[in-house]
Amino acid sequence: MTWLDLNRDLVWDLLGQHVRLAVPAVLISVVVAIVLGRIAWRWPRVGTVVLGAASLLYSVPALPLLIVVPVVLSIPLRSETNLVVALAVYGTALLAGTAADAFRSVDSQVREAAEAMGYSPTGIFWRIDLPLALPVLVSGIRVVTVSTVSLVTIGALVGISSLGSLLTDGFQRNIREEVATGVIGTMLLAVALDLLIVAIGRALTPWQHGTAAKATKSSAGAAA
Amino acid sequence: MGIEFQNVGKTYPDGTVAVADFSCTIPSHRTLALVGSSGSGKTTLMRMVNRMVDATVGAVLIDGRDVRELDKVALRRSIGYVPQAGGLLPHRRVVDNVATVPILNGVAKKTARAAAMDLLEVVGLDAGLASRYPAQLSGGQQQRVAVARALASEPNILLMDEPFGAVDPIVRRDLQDQLLQLQAELGKTIVLVTHDIDEAFRVGDEVVILKTGGIIAQVGTPQDIVAAPADDFVRDFVGTDRAERTLRTIHLDGQQVVVDGDDRPVGVLAQ
Repeated sequence: MTWLDLNRDLVWDLLGQHVRLAVPAVLISVVVAIVLGRIAWRWPRVGTVVLGAASLLYSVPALPLLIVVPVVLSIPLRSETNLVVALAVYGTALLAGTAADAFRSVDSQVREAAEAMGYSPTGIFWRIDLPLALPVLVSGIRVVTVSTVSLVTIGALVGISSLGSLLTDGFQRNIREEVATGVIGTMLLAVALDLLIVAIGRALTPWQHGTAAKATKSSAGAAA
Repeated sequence: MGIEFQNVGKTYPDGTVAVADFSCTIPSHRTLALVGSSGSGKTTLMRMVNRMVDATVGAVLIDGRDVRELDKVALRRSIGYVPQAGGLLPHRRVVDNVATVPILNGVAKKTARAAAMDLLEVVGLDAGLASRYPAQLSGGQQQRVAVARALASEPNILLMDEPFGAVDPIVRRDLQDQLLQLQAELGKTIVLVTHDIDEAFRVGDEVVILKTGGIIAQVGTPQDIVAAPADDFVRDFVGTDRAERTLRTIHLDGQQVVVDGDDRPVGVLAQ
């Protein structure tokens, strides 16, 4: 463990850097994918085109994308924004279809009852559709998070530091322990963020887990 | 005044005529049951009252005002709505479901929840159920919650869309009884949609029997309709000729026993 002992500070720095690249990319993907998913759900014909384009984007290889994005946005190749944008493109492409599915998973009877009670269209989106779409949405966000965390490492190839830098550096200098640290660190980060999302998802969807019921079931006398 | 349908019709863009030409007046504090099979336009007619559907011709008036002059959202919040089974908000606890419309109307959460607890009692639900989610309730309990929720904003009008259609017959009977009891106390103007003629007869002061396309086969009190079905369609729909509706009396031990067409005893004639 000598290499890790000597480079502890570097690993922590790169881990922090990794998080700073992955988290904004995931957040942007989630917001854009929800918007696209909503459009696809609302207007299925437009949706087919949008979702088709999204899956096409996902098939663009990562390295060319990292070259194209700076040209389009006129930002430096090695800027963090470049990588965040590229990762957000992938994340959105991966999540948009799931977001459309998530809105389709909401029971139309519930939505209609809410409308009939006097929810405004915005109210229905924020208070009915979005919360009820969460279970499906969360499963999609988990996939995007894990994939984004591992894709961040590619940035090292164009000089954007992250745990991926341990891979490039370790290969070049033939330090096996450094490569292993990069791989394991990336995996651990992916698992940690995944668990965090599961926890947030559970906290946001208490009706899915029935905690309140088990507590009151014995005391409540049913009337009908 | 109540609710007035004036020659309303609804034709969908694809040319389907859901309702051709329907007129009817529901006096305040009365219950109108719209009954018919699927395709009769009964739900479409009810949904015109809270503008979930807008009539393509004619007008629906509430206390003399055309509903199309009113803001949709405000109109809907002023009308109690009892959806079919499954219309509760699955992600809200029972108490919050009941408090929904008052909170939308700006009532403080605490006040609305307290009022909701009282309403649960009114519809015969144990306070212990308040913190549950709808999926944790039986079908009958869910529909009681739906009724409580519709009453929460103290509306003058209640719209009920096959409210008891998905529960078993015994529970349905309980729920109908409770509705009658509530209605005796509260005196709402109710439009109830059902495909069950027995429910229409039990709950409705007036019953409208609809044919395909919202054509009125007969309007009248349940007694009127049973006594004098307008035509074969009504006779068939009501089941005038069915064994359980063709009653006669026989003398037995000095009592007048009522039996149905299959000679099954129904009860004893009151002297």
